[in-house]
Amino acid sequence: MIAQPPFETFDHTADVGIVGRGLTLGEAFANAAKAMFSLMVDLDRIEPREERRIEVEADDREGLLVAWLAELLYISEVDNLVFNRFDVDEISDTRVVAHAFGEPLDLDRHNPKLMIKAVTRHMLEVASVAGGYQVRVILDI
Amino acid sequence: MTKGWLSSLEKVDDYRWRLPTSYKPGMRVPGLIYADERLLRTMAGDQAVEQVANVAFLPGVVGYSMAMPDIHWGYGFPIGGVAAMRLNGGVVSPGGVGFDINCGARLIRTDLTEAEVRPVLGRLADQLFRDVPSGLGAHGPLRVSNNELDDIMLHGAAWMLDRGYGAPDDLDATESHGCLAGADPATVSRRARERGQEQLGTLGAGNHFLEIEVVEAVYDEEAARAFGLEIGRVVVFFHCGSRGFGHQVCQDYLSVMEKAARQFEIVLPDRQLACAPLDSKQGKDYLAAMAAAANFAWANRQAIAHWTRGAFAHVLGRPAAELGMTQVYDVAHNIAKVEEHRVDGQSMRLCVHRKGATRAFPAGHAEVPPRYRKVGQPVLVPGDMGRYSYVCAGTERAMAETWGSTCHGAGRLQSRGAAKRSLQGVDIVGRLEARGIVVRVRNRSLIAEEASEAYKDVADVVEVLDRAGISRKVARMKPLAVIKG
Repeated sequence: MIAQPPFETFDHTADVGIVGRGLTLGEAFANAAKAMFSLMVDLDRIEPREERRIEVEADDREGLLVAWLAELLYISEVDNLVFNRFDVDEISDTRVVAHAFGEPLDLDRHNPKLMIKAVTRHMLEVASVAGGYQVRVILDI
Repeated sequence: MTKGWLSSLEKVDDYRWRLPTSYKPGMRVPGLIYADERLLRTMAGDQAVEQVANVAFLPGVVGYSMAMPDIHWGYGFPIGGVAAMRLNGGVVSPGGVGFDINCGARLIRTDLTEAEVRPVLGRLADQLFRDVPSGLGAHGPLRVSNNELDDIMLHGAAWMLDRGYGAPDDLDATESHGCLAGADPATVSRRARERGQEQLGTLGAGNHFLEIEVVEAVYDEEAARAFGLEIGRVVVFFHCGSRGFGHQVCQDYLSVMEKAARQFEIVLPDRQLACAPLDSKQGKDYLAAMAAAANFAWANRQAIAHWTRGAFAHVLGRPAAELGMTQVYDVAHNIAKVEEHRVDGQSMRLCVHRKGATRAFPAGHAEVPPRYRKVGQPVLVPGDMGRYSYVCAGTERAMAETWGSTCHGAGRLQSRGAAKRSLQGVDIVGRLEARGIVVRVRNRSLIAEEASEAYKDVADVVEVLDRAGISRKVARMKPLAVIKG
């Protein structure tokens, strides 16, 4: 079996889709977050100098994925931070608690790319697959 | 499962295609797509037509779920989608407006000729690039308090005007005078406020742009004269919206609407179409928050217009008024508005969703500025950065058929990834510069995603509108300088 990458992005006419995979739901959520930030900056240039605690709730797993990514996007925009590491401490179908690590956006060092407007609910999926979980969502660019 | 949409489409005439309700069980009305055969073929492999069918599921939808010729795959609604709902029993859907609430376009004319601008074009572009913040991480130079932000939500472009940002005529030349009634700051979250405070007066990134252009063709002399457009004259055209403020309002209300859709037992083929009855608390709150975001966007474009005039005045050494820098018009193309329309011969108030579609009211309509009353509302249609853009005018036929709506641009043809792959190794900036177009862009590596190849030819799109009679071609402009995030 060919191993699938932990995260990847896919084409959509106007916007961009992301996929996160993991052995656990938490890992898949963390990888989806990496996919999202990989569209904004070069992940390997981010130093984990700041930490943010994230706690979000939703009515179901799909809604939770949207809430999780939207929360990170909000923090990123308001505090001008970019993240490349996400430790999920607790996750259920309706609540996630995590810590995100990163630093202030540096236009010279981080190779800024896309500006992400929001997390849509189009093609939204949280699926149990062989060997774990796969999550998918389209981001509005 | 649905069968292929191409074989289900019924040809009405060369520019109209009907998607019958039998295409997908649950459609309340048929779809109607404005396109010629060539444009229709560009939609193959894209989900846009499926999304036309999905919009037809929404309760209270009247007439048709419509798509303009720049239609392409969006989320929820197709981009280029128009749908009107009855106030009684109909719904409002944030997905029918989009995250970038009141994303729109503004056109400013000048008395300047290309020959006058050419020698200072580089300096003008530099000045505009400095004065209008753009790109990832950009912060607006305006710092507003929470109370001031409340006033912006309530008053839109007029708030900026009160602070000297703009000319009094600007409001007349702005859709809805740059202010939608019914905005309520209490319906807007703290988060939307925070994002808005950071980003007031910024252009954004992606397909948002500011261009210096020159009028290169006029198709309707009378309308062009009324709009102040003349061959050889320089104009400024820019495209942006409500920034993080609107994005957060939409994000917040999608969660509210998902719950509401369950509460009101509305069956949806796509979660992004989440909606609530127009007469429910959730529906009313969304419309009040959406109006606040729309007003934020008008204030945002008003500030950018002011800095644009300032940049011209600075570089050319003459006040903007002396340069003839009056506003032609400002249109919203992501919005839901309650408007009066004719349905089966009766006058009726409807909530018209325009998702990547522009209002196009005809000559004589009370909402068309007096100085354009004889020719119709200006419709601003950006193309892509390498080719050209158009100005059109609204028509009676648009009023009768499309709730006074038309296209909003060229429409994407290729995804960002496909464009980047197919243009690998091509120096897009160099190619534009070789044609005399000055480019100022924050991130050169991403410019391929916005290259001409990624878009439909806007001339084809505008031709369909003109021949279908839902807008009239007035003028075409070509870019001289492109500023992007």
